[in-house]
Amino acid sequence: MLTINGKQFKSRLLLGTGKYPNFDIQKKAVEMAESEILTFTVRRMNIYEPSQPNFLENIDIDRVSLLPNTAGAKTAEEAVRHAKLARASGLCDMIKVEVIGCNKTLLPDPIETLKATEELLKEGFTVLPYTSDDVVLARKLEELGAHAVMPGASPIGSGQGIINPLNLSFIIEQSKVPVIVDAGIGSPTDAAYAMELGADAVLLNTAVSRAKDPVKMAKAMRLAIEAGRLGYEAERIPKKRTATASSPMEGMSI
Amino acid sequence: MNLRVNGDLITVPEEIKTITELIKHFQIQNPVVIVEHNHMILEKEEHAKVKVSDGDTIELVQFVGGG
Repeated sequence: MLTINGKQFKSRLLLGTGKYPNFDIQKKAVEMAESEILTFTVRRMNIYEPSQPNFLENIDIDRVSLLPNTAGAKTAEEAVRHAKLARASGLCDMIKVEVIGCNKTLLPDPIETLKATEELLKEGFTVLPYTSDDVVLARKLEELGAHAVMPGASPIGSGQGIINPLNLSFIIEQSKVPVIVDAGIGSPTDAAYAMELGADAVLLNTAVSRAKDPVKMAKAMRLAIEAGRLGYEAERIPKKRTATASSPMEGMSI
Repeated sequence: MNLRVNGDLITVPEEIKTITELIKHFQIQNPVVIVEHNHMILEKEEHAKVKVSDGDTIELVQFVGGG
């Protein structure tokens, strides 16, 4: 079970709700993924088109926990405001801290992320900061009291997969809170690899929503994450340079 | 009455007294409307109590898909 601030989840796949071709496909993908935590964001309403469809209508919010992010924030102050806006809905108290510090790479600003995490913890939120694969920063976020750390596999939406497995494994080894690999996952291989490294969960969005068949990819990701977790628990064999026969040599003269 | 709503200067009828009435005026169907009134974030229960006045700055926010 994945446990975040005392709350247990069977699913280790956290799914983003952005960029699906339409709400129907999004709904089916969410169901197929069997995710129990969905991310979303807060934005201004279009007051001139009040009847536009609302994505929450398609989601059973009694069955899932909502994890709003602070995407768009460039400072800790903005992130805190986004988080408070989301909580004012009365629907959630978890927050994914996302403070972007570089427009090209969308990598997080480590200093503002740390500040926002500290402030939101004081405000009583369950805080899950999105961070780079910086081992020291992940430790400092945990020391502040973050309820999980979410290192990126590679830049957001890039689909490049895990570009620094060594750093991720250091973060996993040192962390006592859940490590959720967030951002950059492109394929089921990447998701399974993150889990085999010992991650507690994977958060992805674009890899599903922009796949040619998002619903099928949602299933593929669910299975990959299950397989990767089982593989981690079963403990793989060590790699060797030379071959070892699988079949016995005894009784060869038949 | 003139208000700044989501960054736009707009004029609404004087009969609008509260945030709830303003939301109704815009015919917003979405059951989840988050409101910031003069830079103060409001709890949902406050929508019916908080008065709207000429010159107020209001943000009406919703949840949208995101990662």
